[in-house]
Amino acid sequence: MQPGDSNPSRRKVLAGAIGIVVLPLTGHQAHATPENMAEAMGEALGAGAAPKSGRVKLVLPELAENGNSVPLRISVESPMTAADHVDTIYVFSERNPVSNVVRFHLGPRSGRAQVMTSIRLAGTQHITVVARMSDGSLWSSAANVVVTQAACIDDT
Amino acid sequence: MPATRIVLPARARKGEVVEIKTIITHPMETGYRRDHVGLAIARDIITRFTCTYAGEEVFRMDLFTGVAANPFVGFTTLATETGEVVFEWTDQHGTVTREQRRLVVV
Repeated sequence: MQPGDSNPSRRKVLAGAIGIVVLPLTGHQAHATPENMAEAMGEALGAGAAPKSGRVKLVLPELAENGNSVPLRISVESPMTAADHVDTIYVFSERNPVSNVVRFHLGPRSGRAQVMTSIRLAGTQHITVVARMSDGSLWSSAANVVVTQAACIDDT
Repeated sequence: MPATRIVLPARARKGEVVEIKTIITHPMETGYRRDHVGLAIARDIITRFTCTYAGEEVFRMDLFTGVAANPFVGFTTLATETGEVVFEWTDQHGTVTREQRRLVVV
């Protein structure tokens, strides 16, 4: 080995070691914050996007005994025609480790703007749903769910 | 191989809105849990679900760790023509689970 090669490789080894130490720490952020959600919303919807309130109906239980599986039903007021339909429905959490919970892509072939699924909730929080229409307009609605036993998505 | 369950009618009238429900067995492991000896359990999730009907995509879903285990989804599609309704679940490794049903439109 050339004497000059030893420095970069030593650096790489050191960098690798730091990576090993740092990764588990950053990977273990217990809860996200409303700021993380705002960031995720900015990324998904475009910076500075301001969804108007309305047109989205969100059905979530007011109280969930267990955050591991909480039924979620969303419907959006839309004629669902080729000219005027719901394009995407975004679901955001202010407290889960990952702010993006789920996304649905719809179109005129959907017939109705109505979807259902089950989500995880890491504690009591607001869930925000945003619908992007075919004309680009954004509509949103939020609901609060009290969770007595949070989903085991962190190491608590 | 995950097990799937699909609910959709076998027949529909043209123009009718058909309700579809699907479920697949999958842990949707978040990557935030630890096992009994304290080791992190690796993330293992389904990231995408699509439904195509007579060759055209009619519904798509992006899943993250916040979707509950054994992902359930309910959605609708407009009955346009007799054809195959194909369901595909893709996990983070790119493995695809595929199911199909025939919808007869009268």
